[in-house]
Amino acid sequence: MYEKDGEKYFIVDAHIALWDGRESNQKNVHGKQFIDCFYDYHKNLSPEEVVWDYDTYTYYGGRRLMKDLFEDGYVDHAIFQPALLGDFYRNGFGQTEEAFGLASEHPDKLTYNHAYDPRNGEAGLEQLRRDAERMNLKGVKLYTAEWHGDSRGWKLDDPWSRRYLEECLELGITNIHVHKGPTIRPLDRDAFDVADIDKVATDYLGLNFIVEHVGLPRLEDFCWIATQESNVYGGLAVAMPFIHTRPKYFAQIIGELLYWIGEDKIFFSSDYALWTPKWLVEKFVDFQIPADLTEYAPITTDQKKKILGLNAAALYHLDVPAELRLPTEAGDAGVEVAAGARS
Amino acid sequence: MTTVATSLVDVVLAALGTVADPELDEPITSLGFVRSVRIDDIGVTVHLRLPTSFCSPNFAYLMASDAQDALRRVGGLGRIVVQLDDHHDSEKINAGLAADAGYVGTFGSEAEDSLDELRRTFQRKAHTAAMERCAAVLLRDTDLTVDDLHLVTLADLPEGPHKEALLRRRVAVGLGVHPGEPVVVDEDGGPLAPEAVPLRLRFAKAVRISIEGNSHFCRGLLATRYADADDGMSIHVTNLRSTS
Repeated sequence: MYEKDGEKYFIVDAHIALWDGRESNQKNVHGKQFIDCFYDYHKNLSPEEVVWDYDTYTYYGGRRLMKDLFEDGYVDHAIFQPALLGDFYRNGFGQTEEAFGLASEHPDKLTYNHAYDPRNGEAGLEQLRRDAERMNLKGVKLYTAEWHGDSRGWKLDDPWSRRYLEECLELGITNIHVHKGPTIRPLDRDAFDVADIDKVATDYLGLNFIVEHVGLPRLEDFCWIATQESNVYGGLAVAMPFIHTRPKYFAQIIGELLYWIGEDKIFFSSDYALWTPKWLVEKFVDFQIPADLTEYAPITTDQKKKILGLNAAALYHLDVPAELRLPTEAGDAGVEVAAGARS
Repeated sequence: MTTVATSLVDVVLAALGTVADPELDEPITSLGFVRSVRIDDIGVTVHLRLPTSFCSPNFAYLMASDAQDALRRVGGLGRIVVQLDDHHDSEKINAGLAADAGYVGTFGSEAEDSLDELRRTFQRKAHTAAMERCAAVLLRDTDLTVDDLHLVTLADLPEGPHKEALLRRRVAVGLGVHPGEPVVVDEDGGPLAPEAVPLRLRFAKAVRISIEGNSHFCRGLLATRYADADDGMSIHVTNLRSTS
């Protein structure tokens, strides 16, 4: 919970990780390239005083995570969204068992979402069924740019992916978090294309599709799709830290999102440990759309409360203390947005 | 001699300056993507770099092969070598460029046909953003409202960099530049019904913000990635050519 100027905010960090990017876990040069790329994101977009040293960044462990989120970071509840990256790391990048263990130890504070790769075919489906039962899964994180043998990416509307989504429906795994990385195959088309989300969102109305980093670098295509589909949401992972380095650009992103997808479908996340939640929460509560961006209405306290936690709490059925709720329900997916755009 | 040598460097840099990142719609020279240029008696060697190891390889290939083509068009430079550094597909792309293997030859089964459609997609986005910038200037500096914009033609736009940029991008997507052509057009360049203009502009604005935002992001990451490099963000130029 974060409190400022008499207002109290329930904080859900909807995208966190517990990773191991250490050299000892790297399978090949791509493991190093990947964690180095993450570290550049961290260094480039964090305020100087919260930049970690490289070694801490490669592996920080569960205790540090609990402190950064719940002691220092104002977070009430956080959701693990692991990236597997089995072709880059010996024991995977996201430490799934360690994270699941931590979530089992602190069920009031942590939700564990798992990950799968539809290219594992029938065996992977069987594994998903076992995982869903053992881990009591409510959501999964899918990374479409994952490398897998000769394949360097997949699409949500691939035949096997559809089978996995149908299985998710059966298993009650309703929250599908999608991270659109550069999906390489085929190279002829835009690697960040979000059109596959549009197709599966239309076909699987019983699933919620939360598009991480709000479709960046294809914000406009994501906004258009999210406007058409009632079950598409936007996660602010990666977009959040622009609040520090590029506040005007951040204001434009938020302005566009509020216009196209509305205040009920946007989720805060730090993308921990890419960034830490403390400074992001503080800055977001203080944030206002600059006066010279006259095309956007000022952001309200209620909108901030929804984005910072109440929307994700609604989607994950988290118990929000009465004093932190709003008089009206957050997370109302049926609200009319972007007048005229919905076909 | 000095004059000649300097002008050769300028010619090479100018040729590289015609190569744009298709996604960001800016020259690779101003984005910092050209790491070094070395000119000697044998030819010209250019090293390119990108903000991350995982930048899309199709864009990486487009920029590297466009750079090679641009230098060849200059003529008389000798052997031209373009290399992409520090990318997960550096080996593949550099081998493909060296062998003149083309797109399909470079990427094998991961390539289907060509990158023409990819290029067109981003030319369309660049045009959409340029159109929005021009419309925004009119709405800001004149009495026109969004309801008047369906009547606005190229002749109504004030001269300046925004109009020049729009005209260039219209040519790139195959649209005319006659003064009587409408400014605000649909995705395919066709005319719009008056009531369709506001939403088209609203979307065009999202396109523009997306492109500009990606540019901030890429520049920032590149600067962080190469913060410790000897020349920082500037192009390291070496000219060892003994004769013009």
